[in-house]
Amino acid sequence: MTSRSRIALGLGVFFLLGAYPVWNGLASSADPERPELARAVDSAGATGCIEDTTWMKANHQKLLNEWRTSVVRDGQRTWVSSTGTSWDMSLTGTCLKCHANTETFCTRCHDYADVQPTCWNCHVVPEGGQSEGGQSHE
Amino acid sequence: MNETRRGFLKALGLTTVGTGLGIPLLRALRPGSGTVLAQVSGPAETAPAAVPGRQWAMVVDVEKCLRDDVRAAVIEACDREHNIPRIPDPKQEVKWVWSDEYGDIFADQINAHTPAAAREAPVLVMCNHCTDPPCIRVCPTGATWKREKDGIVMMDMHRCIGCRYCMAACPFGSRSFNWRDPRPYVEHDENGKPLSDFPTRMKGVVEKCTFCAERIDEGGEPACVEALRQVPGAEGALVFGDVNDPESEVSRILSEHLVMERRPTLGTGPNVYYLVPDALPALAAAPSAGVDGNHPVSERGEVAP
Repeated sequence: MTSRSRIALGLGVFFLLGAYPVWNGLASSADPERPELARAVDSAGATGCIEDTTWMKANHQKLLNEWRTSVVRDGQRTWVSSTGTSWDMSLTGTCLKCHANTETFCTRCHDYADVQPTCWNCHVVPEGGQSEGGQSHE
Repeated sequence: MNETRRGFLKALGLTTVGTGLGIPLLRALRPGSGTVLAQVSGPAETAPAAVPGRQWAMVVDVEKCLRDDVRAAVIEACDREHNIPRIPDPKQEVKWVWSDEYGDIFADQINAHTPAAAREAPVLVMCNHCTDPPCIRVCPTGATWKREKDGIVMMDMHRCIGCRYCMAACPFGSRSFNWRDPRPYVEHDENGKPLSDFPTRMKGVVEKCTFCAERIDEGGEPACVEALRQVPGAEGALVFGDVNDPESEVSRILSEHLVMERRPTLGTGPNVYYLVPDALPALAAAPSAGVDGNHPVSERGEVAP
């Protein structure tokens, strides 16, 4: 065996191993199981979400950041949706009134997407939600 | 390269002189900036006059707050409203409003002849929401700042990194650090939920009294002031209002009485005032302020260990 063929063999093995995620993904035809999210419970006064579901899926994190800045930094608590409805900018007071179960609504999808927001370290989950306390920081 | 040492040094010297002269020259030549001197003093002259907004303030009637039930109602209301943990170790305590000894709170305003009993009398203390707060100057992240619209010295727990500079800067000890996760020490209802929807804090952030900014933004008043409305005989023990409004109750009291503030010589301009003058006989007769004046144990629920 010449050194040329040895190098070629080594490179071949290297690329094959390096491409593991690609051929493994191609080989397993089954779609990864999408998380089943809890439907919102109806809350007094609320007629549907503040924005439509597609928009919320894509933008809720940005929206919550804006709400946070507005409430904490500017002391401004009222938000007007694209349909002209006014809402109180409050995670616990507005979002969780309908999406009461954070375990089956927030956490399930965040686990799937592998993101770890720290909301529940401080924010209180009202009645019916997940048991409190996010990750321990001890 | 046939650069000589001599040539290099020459160029270096010219560059230094050029930079030193050139930058001020460029600044002076910038349109509208006038002379170099005017550029330096310019912003101060052109700054618009400060618009007098609100400045929330509190008047503590020391004599009325000598009553244990009055102080307990205040502290209890605050603890419940803000999910304040009750941590037994005094070194790790979290306090927004609490009782301390008159002689310690007004250490620079007592003298050798002040009766010992008066020195030990309990006084309610909280964040002074200073007009010129030293805490906000030292915060490296802007997590604490003075609200322009109403003068509240506010906390943003999302930004606090727990460096505790603000605690070092505050001359009143008004700030508490979360040495541990406060959740287990927050009082819970029978369903295992904190008593209030107010976010609890997490390990590693600093907190303090915010004059109940969240209630004020909705047109309410601080929880402590509201709670005292339910206590018979406690009218006026705490008066909350806008000192910039000459018609407010706070302004009326300040114009009709001599009041004290904590450590006035430091120049921070505290906005918590103490109505004291007629209180000395009562102070001397009052029970001493102990740690028992803080975080009264509630009958509603157990505090987790």
